[in-house]
Amino acid sequence: MSQAATIVRSTPASRIAGLIALAVLAGIAAAPLWASSADLRLITEILFYLALASMWNLLAGYAGLISVGQHAYVGLGGYLMFSCVLFLGMNPLWSIPVAGLAGAALSVPVAWLVFRLKGPYFAIGTWVVAEVFRLSAAQMASVGGGSGLSIPVSVMRDLGSKDQRETLIYLTAFVLCVGAIALVYLLLRSRVGLALTAIRDNEIASSSLGVRIGRIKLFVYVAAASVTTMIGTLIFITKLRISPDAAFSVNDWTVFVIFIVVIGGIGTIEGPILGTLLYFLLREFLADLGAIYLMILGALAIVIMLAAPKGLWGLVVQRFDFSIFPVGYRVRRK
Amino acid sequence: MADTVLDVADLEVFYGNAQAIHGVSLTIEKGELLSLIGSNGAGKSTLFKAICGMVKPRAGAIRLKGQNTARLSPARITEMGVAMVPEGRRLFRSLSVEENLVLGGYVGRPGPWTLRKVYDVFPILHERRRYPATALSGGQQQMVAIGRALMSNPDLLLLDELSLGLAPVVIKDIYALLPRILGEGLSTILVEQDVTRAMAVSDHFVCMLEGKISLSGRSDAFTHDQISAAYFGT
Amino acid sequence: MEWINVIVQGVLIGGLYALFAAGLSLIFGVMRLVNIAHGDFIVGAAYLAMVVIQATGLHPLASLFLVVPAMAAIGYAIQLGLLNRVLGNDILPPLIVTFGLSIILQNLLLTGFSADSRKLNAGALETQSLAVLPGVDVGYLPLLTFVAAVALIAGLQYLFYHTAMGRAFRATSDDGEIAQIMGLDNRRVFAWAMSLSMSVVAIAGVFLAIRANFDPFMGPSRLIFGFEAVIIGGLGNLWGTLAGGVILGVAQGLGAQIDPGWQLLAGHIAFLVILAVKPRGLFPRID
Repeated sequence: MSQAATIVRSTPASRIAGLIALAVLAGIAAAPLWASSADLRLITEILFYLALASMWNLLAGYAGLISVGQHAYVGLGGYLMFSCVLFLGMNPLWSIPVAGLAGAALSVPVAWLVFRLKGPYFAIGTWVVAEVFRLSAAQMASVGGGSGLSIPVSVMRDLGSKDQRETLIYLTAFVLCVGAIALVYLLLRSRVGLALTAIRDNEIASSSLGVRIGRIKLFVYVAAASVTTMIGTLIFITKLRISPDAAFSVNDWTVFVIFIVVIGGIGTIEGPILGTLLYFLLREFLADLGAIYLMILGALAIVIMLAAPKGLWGLVVQRFDFSIFPVGYRVRRK
Repeated sequence: MADTVLDVADLEVFYGNAQAIHGVSLTIEKGELLSLIGSNGAGKSTLFKAICGMVKPRAGAIRLKGQNTARLSPARITEMGVAMVPEGRRLFRSLSVEENLVLGGYVGRPGPWTLRKVYDVFPILHERRRYPATALSGGQQQMVAIGRALMSNPDLLLLDELSLGLAPVVIKDIYALLPRILGEGLSTILVEQDVTRAMAVSDHFVCMLEGKISLSGRSDAFTHDQISAAYFGT
Repeated sequence: MEWINVIVQGVLIGGLYALFAAGLSLIFGVMRLVNIAHGDFIVGAAYLAMVVIQATGLHPLASLFLVVPAMAAIGYAIQLGLLNRVLGNDILPPLIVTFGLSIILQNLLLTGFSADSRKLNAGALETQSLAVLPGVDVGYLPLLTFVAAVALIAGLQYLFYHTAMGRAFRATSDDGEIAQIMGLDNRRVFAWAMSLSMSVVAIAGVFLAIRANFDPFMGPSRLIFGFEAVIIGGLGNLWGTLAGGVILGVAQGLGAQIDPGWQLLAGHIAFLVILAVKPRGLFPRID
């Protein structure tokens, strides 16, 4: 035991990977300069899913809050945006911070309710809440009731020409997505991250050591809700039309997101990135299959749970002991 | 060797990367009472779990009447004649006293122990047979746990920390009943914190230290100091 | 009289919700598993009954003699082949696996039977009714559904507390490790529990399919109704689950009476209010 050892977060490999990642990031940020209009829209959508997946991963992978009702917040964001634009005459993009605050505020009473349900029943409880959101939206005549409504063309024209608009939306999506991942990264490197690790390893022991599990879980839930609401706002700016079924679609905003995280690798920052890329790749080739495509996704998630519960990124880590986002510690001999 | 009930040879058990048992070997003959002593964390409970099939050894053999059980399921091992009174009793809390006992006889091995015989030995359990098992006093719960193990008519009985959490007078009562319980040619391994008591009731003993056997032999063949040295590793 | 009628009909439909809930509650009680595909299996059982009826010309209720054993066998196989492999301390894998099953089943039904809604025809049973009070008619079918729910819950209650199988379920639920050294094989006990749950699912599916139109995507909301009935009634209390179903049915009926769009919302709100006021449900099991 006399051998000298140091404890480090990053390794040379992870530092090099970090630099490459930064370069790739700069390239992606500059997409409006090199991508066609159709590609730009596709990348925007990829960024949406990556941000949603990172938030679900924060909830389920780190805080153990397995929600199947995050579509509540996506839809909430969409409807808040429509309300801000139609009733307050706001610029659609300025409704994003408003939605962030409103989503956080609304998630507190929701958490107060659903946190009463333990383990797997929590999951279904969050689904009920999302149903309540959807049914309530359908009851509000002012936002079009069950059939929904569209954004007036004039509002979008105020954001500039078609190209300017797409660039603006793209950059906002980029900032939101990078912000979401950075939030997870910074949270995990903070004291909250330490507490989350302690909870994940042993909930009872960490509570006896004074880790305030309830408060930390609440904080994570509210943060994820807030960011998810903001993403929802931006998603519906690109869609121009909203209806309760589209806004609160469990398939679009929860099922796919869960499959992305599970297939990519839950409980890692890299997992959702890998999962999102894989999901879009599969979609490009298989989406025409419709129902069969969905069955393949479901089967893939089951196979992952049976064979490699830490997902594809987990396999990478296991094989190469490697991470792009150094959030853990490792012991090195000098 | 014809009457050897259990033969453990060069057993190695790991929890993940941590080794809990290092090359332990022991045998127990028919009708023998073996005391297993050692401090907390010496590997006694792990050895019991390995014998019951609750943990799988990485190496070595566990032979029950000549048949290797190291890869068998706990249920199969019970069918072959091993029963355990686990540490902390671990009664089924939503089952009544009688239901706990009946479940103990689930494997349906023939033998002297029946519900009636358990009630004969522990009359209080007959009186309380409809109570939820965990509504009983600690000593009575221990009787249920012993009765539950006996109901499978085992060849080998593992008793883990019978006296844990019980009042001295209750412990005395339970030990007073032990000869009656073990009288039927049953082989028994007893884990007991109270070394003096353990040595007094047993024929042979095994002392474990840090996953290894540090001393073993006839229970009356060693001095207090020798046993103490093996127990504490000094 | 109109309001009394609404309440009576709500109580009766509560029986159907209790049927949705009983199977869910049972497997949660035995193995702490929440089967997200529970509602989809109910709908799957309805389609299975439809196929059986088309092939044999049986009455829907008679088709149960085939559908119940078939669903029980499917449950047994799924538990042994799939779910037992992911049950453990981590609750995520079983949730994801049943979630995956839910998506697969929905799309399988969609591929096999299209998105059109179907219904089973039970003949005279559907149209006849009993006039209990002036203005309050009780249909034979809702009444039969309710009676079936009561009988089923009484049967499950008996099975749980007075049979060897029930004893095995309770022992495994209390302490699976020790149950194993009593000679019980947890994997088999779980498989029995799942096949029992799926038998209840089969009954629920057939009653659902006689009562209303069904399509491949109505599973998740049946799961939610069942879940709400379980939580309202209190975990682990089967009679409480029946009461939970009744409360949900009455709340939905009253909501629909105010405005048709409020039917589902009123049920969910009743659930959330009870969750807020009595988090352990109205009739929690004492232990």
